[in-house]
Amino acid sequence: MRSPTLPLASPRYVRDAADPRHVERAIDDMRGGLARWRLAMALARLDIRNRYRGSVIGPFWLTVSTAVMVAGIGLLYSTLFRLPLTEYLPYLTVSLLVWNTLNQIINDAGNSLIASEGVIRQVPLPYTVHVLRFVIRNVIVAAHSLPLIAVVFLICGVVPGWGALMALPGLALLFINAFAGGLFLGMICARFRDIQQIVASVMQLAFFMTPVIWKPELLREWQVLLPLNPFFALMETVRGPLVEGGASWLIWLAALVYTAAACAVAFVFFVRFRARIAFWV
Amino acid sequence: MPLIQADGISIEFPLYHVGARSLKKRLLARSPIRLKEDESHRIVVAALRDLTFRIEPGERVALVGSNGAGKTTLLRTLAGIYEPVAGRLEVNGTIGSLIDPGAGMDTEATGRENIILRGLFLGMSESECERLAEEAGRFSGLGEFLDVPIRTYSAGMAVRLSFAAATLMEPQILLMDEWFLAGDADFIERASERLSQLVEGADILVLATHNMSIVRQWCTRAIKLSGGRIVADGPVAEIVEA
Repeated sequence: MRSPTLPLASPRYVRDAADPRHVERAIDDMRGGLARWRLAMALARLDIRNRYRGSVIGPFWLTVSTAVMVAGIGLLYSTLFRLPLTEYLPYLTVSLLVWNTLNQIINDAGNSLIASEGVIRQVPLPYTVHVLRFVIRNVIVAAHSLPLIAVVFLICGVVPGWGALMALPGLALLFINAFAGGLFLGMICARFRDIQQIVASVMQLAFFMTPVIWKPELLREWQVLLPLNPFFALMETVRGPLVEGGASWLIWLAALVYTAAACAVAFVFFVRFRARIAFWV
Repeated sequence: MPLIQADGISIEFPLYHVGARSLKKRLLARSPIRLKEDESHRIVVAALRDLTFRIEPGERVALVGSNGAGKTTLLRTLAGIYEPVAGRLEVNGTIGSLIDPGAGMDTEATGRENIILRGLFLGMSESECERLAEEAGRFSGLGEFLDVPIRTYSAGMAVRLSFAAATLMEPQILLMDEWFLAGDADFIERASERLSQLVEGADILVLATHNMSIVRQWCTRAIKLSGGRIVADGPVAEIVEA
């Protein structure tokens, strides 16, 4: 028997309802949660395994269904939009994959805390661990789609230059937003169980409002309004560098602003309501 | 120095997902005892009400009282899971909680994976966890079943694994619920040695139980809870015999 290297709860703690020190405790929670990334990673791997238990190709089913969708929609819409297939297909592939990831993240975000209910009620852990678990789970799922992009690029003869590396900061922004979203929606959905259904229908609408299968150019003079759509801005920071030779500075600025706003809102909520989470889930 | 100091702590559970409005009407008709309305007009259950006590190092405290008296809630509060809505709680010392046998267990994962997970929950490194899994495997006597998903375990095997996993640490403050005293007699015999080791090693023991022979055997002090309040607090002989 040995004593743990990182004690379960800090060896000394004081909870005073008259002096709650919300901000300090929230920051401690985040620091502690990020320090336990190994635990979050182990839990995320278990989540993936449980979700696809007994399935032969597991998370690659998502890749397969996206591939089928890309082939079908690619053929139809390249005709409708009168675009050459070799130009439209890479765009559509990246679009759909980024959108699927985004959609998956937002729909799963409401579950980030509810899904860990059993742990939250039994083991005193920083809540950040559960949110981190949700983010890592989605990173792993998203990573399974990378081969599809490579295959389509190869078929269509697209050679992304060094500029494509700018998609990495774009992806980083996407997952920072996932963290903020997981924290915010996780809390809101734990408290109000209806929110999750609302989020799902908003995302359905957003799919048609965002240039996923259609190109932004089709909006002509209304194109300037697109950066107002946060989904578009976040998507474009990944898609732009990969298929359009980069995203404009306006898109990057918009994406950064949305990220900062999401983080700020999530943090404020976390500071205010962290102590209530155990009662909500 | 391990210590637990509680000054007037209260815990309230809001009732969120019940028809609070119709409940409120019915409540107004009667005079409620533990259900009440808080400042923001939510219906809450007063689980713990204004508890004040101090537990010094070396004390072995039994929490006694009928079902629903607040014993387990108090244990969870001491473990840092629920935050009091009123009062001040100070806990000094590493905490080991044996509150729920299945805490953080994943039924799809194998016994070994679950023990590793438990180690990670406690903040241990992966290599430490692997060693723990070996140790727990030996102790629980699960043998080859250690590498089988725990959803296939019998109830007895699950208890053995939970027990082995839960008793891996050496805390200064040990919080324990009475589920430990359930299980097949053969295992209890093996477990009791480990348990007494753990109990003796800890500076403070807080045990929630109905079993008075356990209280007499292990505890020096008893706190009797009723309806979320402390109704008696003193040496075991005084409280239990009364």
